[in-house]
Amino acid sequence: MNLNTITEVKRPVSRDEIPEWREDYAWLAGGTWLFSTPQIATRTLIDLETLRWPSLSPSASGLEIAATCTIAELERFAAPSAWAAAPLIKLCCHALLMSFKIYNAATVGGNICMSLPAGAMISLTTALEGVYRLWPREGGTRQVQAIEFVTGNHKNLLQPGELLRSIHLPVDALKKRFAFHRSSLTHLGRSAALIIGTSGAETHDLTVTITAATSRPIQINFDRLPSREELRHAIESHVAESDWFDDVHGSARYKRHLTFYYAEQILAELGAR
Amino acid sequence: MNLTVNGKRLSAEPAPGQCLRTFLREHGWFGVKKGCDQGDCGACTVWLDGVPFHSCLVPAFRAEGRDVTTVEGLARNGRLHPMQQAFLDAQAFQCGFCAAGMIMTSATFDKDACNNLPFKLKGNLCRCTGYHSIEDALHGVVNAEEDVAGHACGTSLRSPYAEAIVTGKAHYTLDVPPMEGMLHLKVLRSPHAHARIKSIKRDAARAVPGVVAVFTWEDVPRKLYSTATHEDHLVDPDDTYILDNVARFVGQRIAAVVAETEAAAEEGCRKLEVDYELLPSVFDPEAAMQPDAPILHDKSIAYRDNIYVDIHGELGDVDAGFAEADAIHEMTYSTSRAQHVHLETHGSLSWLGDDDRLHIRTSSQAPFITKQKICYLFGLFDRQVHVFTERIGGGFGGKQEMLSEDLCALATLKTRRPVMWEFTRAEQFIGATTRHPMTVQVKLGAKKDGTLTAIQVRVVSNTGAYGNHGGETLAASLGSPIAAYRCPNKKADGYAVYTNTLPAGGFRGYGATQTTFAIECAMDDLARELGIDPFTMRRINKVRETDRIESIWKEVSDVMFGSYGVDQCLDRVEEALKSGRGLPKPDGDEWLEGTGVALAMLESGPPTEHRSGAEMKLLPDGSYHLAVGSTEMGNGSATAHRQIAASVLNTRASNVALVNGNTDETPYDTGTFASTGTVVAGQAVEKAATALRDVLLNHAGRYFGCEARECSLQDDAIICANQRVPLSELYAAGTNAGDRFDVVRKAYLSPRSVGFNVHGVRLAVHRVTGEIAVLQSVHAADIGRLINPMQCHGQLDGAIAMGFGWALYEKMVFDETGAVVNPALRDYRIPAFADVPRSEIYFADTYDTVGPLGAKAQGECAINPVAPAVANAIANATGVRFTSLPFTPDRIFDRLGAAAERKPIDQEIEPITPSIR
Repeated sequence: MNLNTITEVKRPVSRDEIPEWREDYAWLAGGTWLFSTPQIATRTLIDLETLRWPSLSPSASGLEIAATCTIAELERFAAPSAWAAAPLIKLCCHALLMSFKIYNAATVGGNICMSLPAGAMISLTTALEGVYRLWPREGGTRQVQAIEFVTGNHKNLLQPGELLRSIHLPVDALKKRFAFHRSSLTHLGRSAALIIGTSGAETHDLTVTITAATSRPIQINFDRLPSREELRHAIESHVAESDWFDDVHGSARYKRHLTFYYAEQILAELGAR
Repeated sequence: MNLTVNGKRLSAEPAPGQCLRTFLREHGWFGVKKGCDQGDCGACTVWLDGVPFHSCLVPAFRAEGRDVTTVEGLARNGRLHPMQQAFLDAQAFQCGFCAAGMIMTSATFDKDACNNLPFKLKGNLCRCTGYHSIEDALHGVVNAEEDVAGHACGTSLRSPYAEAIVTGKAHYTLDVPPMEGMLHLKVLRSPHAHARIKSIKRDAARAVPGVVAVFTWEDVPRKLYSTATHEDHLVDPDDTYILDNVARFVGQRIAAVVAETEAAAEEGCRKLEVDYELLPSVFDPEAAMQPDAPILHDKSIAYRDNIYVDIHGELGDVDAGFAEADAIHEMTYSTSRAQHVHLETHGSLSWLGDDDRLHIRTSSQAPFITKQKICYLFGLFDRQVHVFTERIGGGFGGKQEMLSEDLCALATLKTRRPVMWEFTRAEQFIGATTRHPMTVQVKLGAKKDGTLTAIQVRVVSNTGAYGNHGGETLAASLGSPIAAYRCPNKKADGYAVYTNTLPAGGFRGYGATQTTFAIECAMDDLARELGIDPFTMRRINKVRETDRIESIWKEVSDVMFGSYGVDQCLDRVEEALKSGRGLPKPDGDEWLEGTGVALAMLESGPPTEHRSGAEMKLLPDGSYHLAVGSTEMGNGSATAHRQIAASVLNTRASNVALVNGNTDETPYDTGTFASTGTVVAGQAVEKAATALRDVLLNHAGRYFGCEARECSLQDDAIICANQRVPLSELYAAGTNAGDRFDVVRKAYLSPRSVGFNVHGVRLAVHRVTGEIAVLQSVHAADIGRLINPMQCHGQLDGAIAMGFGWALYEKMVFDETGAVVNPALRDYRIPAFADVPRSEIYFADTYDTVGPLGAKAQGECAINPVAPAVANAIANATGVRFTSLPFTPDRIFDRLGAAAERKPIDQEIEPITPSIR
């Protein structure tokens, strides 16, 4: 839709061109959320496209994803065969409510910074133990663990004007085995629960990442495969009652139920090798 | 900036926050539609350098240097793109508003994509078709048949608008270039559910550059009216002002701002300072009926409490009926609030012409009644107002309401400038209308053999803050669903109650949908208690062809069986469910399988007055002109009207040019609603065509010097013995001799016939996740002769999809302040391609004696049996009766998951509700 309160678009080619930050500024990545709802508090858009960050940089240490990488680019990424967890990329892209046409504009960073519970790029990057590189206003770079970044529904660690620059997925996580379960109230709809389990290729550990069902991603690590009871107990102790996210895409009670159900299936799948 | 659009260079500067969608429309590319403006519906899909995007989400400045393709640029060298041709051949649209986006999306598909349509089409919503014909198009199925003289009726002919729709050239309501001096209108809506306005300060709003005028309750004629449109204005309460000093729901319009741009009008609304005195509010209709409830209306002596209307009736003696029953079933069922979600939002454009008349171009199902209301409100004479429609993007009853025309008229009359107002998608949810949520208590008594001894129903309908359609939907809820069964003792009490929620209105099925859900669930429960098969139960009790059709009223009615096909419908559905067709039950013990059936009956036409006119003339070139007052919003009536006329005149449908829904250019018509498009307007067309045929044959008799009965029409010529004279020649000779070849006829609806719809579902319920997989969907319709079989199929497909949406997904949710929580298509989910099963559709072989050429109403009733069939299948699968819509997995889990943990599921029956008093 038209954002009728916008009076200016800045199109910087480098970080220095935005020396100050004002309350009525907004970073513009794909624009697929910004342009979907009125932004009456915003006067200036700062376009990230002109910064021309390389979208995807695979290396021996893992995968570097620019915040401005589109979902379409990520979805098409051909990973090295040793990256056993790479199919999660496509699974998470397809878990998004958006049409494949939106993939062409929406960005990985935009999805993460929106910080909605069902943001599947959050699911992907937290499950794969990502590290986010942020550009604070005062300059330099700071790094945060993906799992720490989202703090609640539509809430995250970003300070005003701070920018998510990139996401690093470490190669160790990319080489893990995985199990993926999700569902929604409608076919191919917004996730009510998106639960990912990962386990080392040679080890018997287990990491369960709970997203969509909770207002922020919650990760539970086990050094060895837990029993069903241990798993249930761990979820109960890690997830507070208030963490279960209630909205029109599913009741909190239901999402909690799905989480236990899918976590148990994940345990069974990754336990059976 | 510079770009290319459809091969043409364009140099223009967009506004900084402008999206590509409006930028393209500004430059005349109206094939780029607005369905939601939020990226959810896909109607605005265009290509940038060959890649599809939702243009409403693309910042316009990013189109710099790009090559943009819209649906208008798809055809090359005068040849349609293969995907346009496929949509044309399959007639993969009804209103056509989604078609441009569907085609722009589908035209990017390769073979793999065509095998993955649920995923690839998740970003393209269609509310009309149920996606069946769209799937056909993508698989190269040709549905349309050839237009041959003498075979117009009963043939699957294309819509007269088909080419325009697939090429993006069909002009919907606001697809017009801006008029000179045109202003944009925006409204400020109430944030409070109930409040009195103490003052509105407008200075700051007026000071916004571009703002031309601000209107509040002090500026409007202080006349009460109803937004609902009916022939008889007295069936709806006059309880509404154009702008009021009391807000009765969150979202009620408080003030209107007109400005040179939409942006200025929006800013003007934000700058208005309104001082409200908050009043107590009530949201639940039962609570609103209590003596201490805050009262919403005190506008006349008619008002005593919040009950707008109550209806009571009894035939026979239900107490005696229950006394002789061997089994009594009693339960309360409730339905959710659903929105129409026609893809074209409400909108109007008004202006004063050189003729000094007020013209309103609008998206309405009832332009003539709208005109009457405008005349009444503004004190204008009939001749001073012109209301018309061109192409309308869906209605479903939502546009049987005057929601945008009045404010545009006000602003135009005050400023003497053209005014346009287009609803946003959010406004459709917070400021338009919805289906009436109803709570229905049903009590049924029956003998051991299944014979009903008594039916008793109590309905409480939430009409919202205003009573538009509240009385008529309540009456409809107590009518056909009860009349569908023969029983000597019937009683009902109904209440339509004001609450501080947004007003409900007319919506396909019109009240009968809600009680059909309740009664069909109850019949199923009673059958189960008696150990009788649900088909048998309905066969035992269904109304017979020789029965009087009656619900609870002693008054004589004009409803009759012009044809009767419910037996065939029950048989077809039962056979289909037993056939083993459809999908197998998914693997695993968690999946529980069940089947369900439900029956619905509906009158072909409303009990209120309904009139239609049609004018026909022969044109100099030997073709015909047909003017019908009835509008066409995707229901296919225009196609049917041409076919009826062509059939009577023994010509091709394409030989009949058509104009409709225009108070200047067509005869009067009450409106296209309540199943009248074919049975009333179609009847007027049949009469006019027959009259014109007689005129032509009589003239031909004089021309050939023989008896009229020796002459006959054949396509574009007249035949007498072995002479064949083109109609153009006859026209020339006739007009030279002073003859005229034009006629006008009127139709009035009485008596009314009835149609039946039976729906069957086989599904599986996942007992852990609550997920429902529909394995087979079967529908049989008794709608008389099919004027256009493809179109009848399409109407049923669309109604069934809407029924599945209501049953499984759709629900407007409100917060504690009375505000809608989910006023967007991403949060209020209508069925997408993936959500709708393909249905097997059967037609009863009937020919109606009342409707034109044997036809009955088609598009409305098919929605009614869907939700109860789903509910009955879930009950059959799980042993649990779910009594309130919709059946989303979380709500299924709420009952099923808990039940599974506690006890064997077959014991989990809904507790009996308190007895009906």
